[in-house]
Amino acid sequence: MTAYLSRFGAYVPSRIVTNEEMSAIAGCEASWIRGVSGIEERRWAGEGESVADMAVEAARRCLGDMPASELGLILLASGSAERRFPGPAATLATRLDLDSTPAIDLPMASAGSLFGLDLARRLAPQYGKILVVAAEKMSSVVLREPVERSTAILFGDGAGACLVTADATDALAEVVDSAVSSDGAYAEDLRLGFGGTLEMNGRSVILQASRKIPRAIGELLEKNGRTAAEVAVFLMHQANQNLIVRVAQGLEVPPERFYSNIGRYGNTSSASMLIAAEEYFAATLASPGAPLVFAGFGAGFHWGALLAVGAG
Amino acid sequence: MDTRIKIAELITKVSGKKSPEDPDESLFESGLLDSFALPDLISALELAFKIKIPDSDLNPRKFDSITRIEAYLESKV
Repeated sequence: MTAYLSRFGAYVPSRIVTNEEMSAIAGCEASWIRGVSGIEERRWAGEGESVADMAVEAARRCLGDMPASELGLILLASGSAERRFPGPAATLATRLDLDSTPAIDLPMASAGSLFGLDLARRLAPQYGKILVVAAEKMSSVVLREPVERSTAILFGDGAGACLVTADATDALAEVVDSAVSSDGAYAEDLRLGFGGTLEMNGRSVILQASRKIPRAIGELLEKNGRTAAEVAVFLMHQANQNLIVRVAQGLEVPPERFYSNIGRYGNTSSASMLIAAEEYFAATLASPGAPLVFAGFGAGFHWGALLAVGAG
Repeated sequence: MDTRIKIAELITKVSGKKSPEDPDESLFESGLLDSFALPDLISALELAFKIKIPDSDLNPRKFDSITRIEAYLESKV
């Protein structure tokens, strides 16, 4: 049941929102935003730009010259979709000129892309080529009145995509194993009601994430006879730079081993891990056999990790 | 060593600030502990008191003051 990460794609809106602009909206100092999150700027989608619009851009960039008709399944994660149903997955499929390919929504927020990859690697032997997409328009969420400073400063918009296949041809990495977990006991600590504002118990989120993420990664590595020190790169959900550093400390590896672009994009929720992966693989050719770790954590709480190795 | 004194020392060590004289003072509201110092305090408590604090016990409110931390630790004995 081998699956491969064939290629990645990403899209971020062109509008850059600096901490200076954000500080005026949220009523805080730009330097404070940088200190508590590591974020310098984020991207915001245009008023008429939807979650599906961004998903389509990331999907097209991911597929490149591969006809979308070759896809056997689409999985689209988003916690900020504009309507209850249908979700953006079906719209994405239609925009890719597909009229019968199954397209499933994962309304999961930050851990959505990790869960999407986990599902895709298990389903690839049955469905063939699976497109995992994560797209978020968090600006539409955090700008709802009353604007909550502690969450408004964190989030940005964007989309990422990954083609998961059962075929090794031209693959970037081979999936070795993955594990995902959920615990609904913390559902109230990070939630978004329909039309409401984002509610977050930051202390609980950080406390649980700082323990669950390193543990999930560590257990997965140990199960597969690997150590954190061997891992070439950690591609983790870009929630907060301080959390990334804490997870690195928990695994006793240098924080530099964790790819980070949160300074430029903020927290793009489910999209962040795939945007980070797209940037990493665009700049780096993973050495054959080099371990790569993906990790996510988000509302639910849902969390998990995926271990891959460079293909070739 | 007295449990309360030991807790205060750990708070000082983690926060780099003087521990509150009032054991009921909120460690969060007073600014002694931020979201990222709390996991450090939990780890320090586990090490110092040789206990394993399960994730299910990690409600920040349980660790919001010296008195609450002391009550939690006593519940683990």
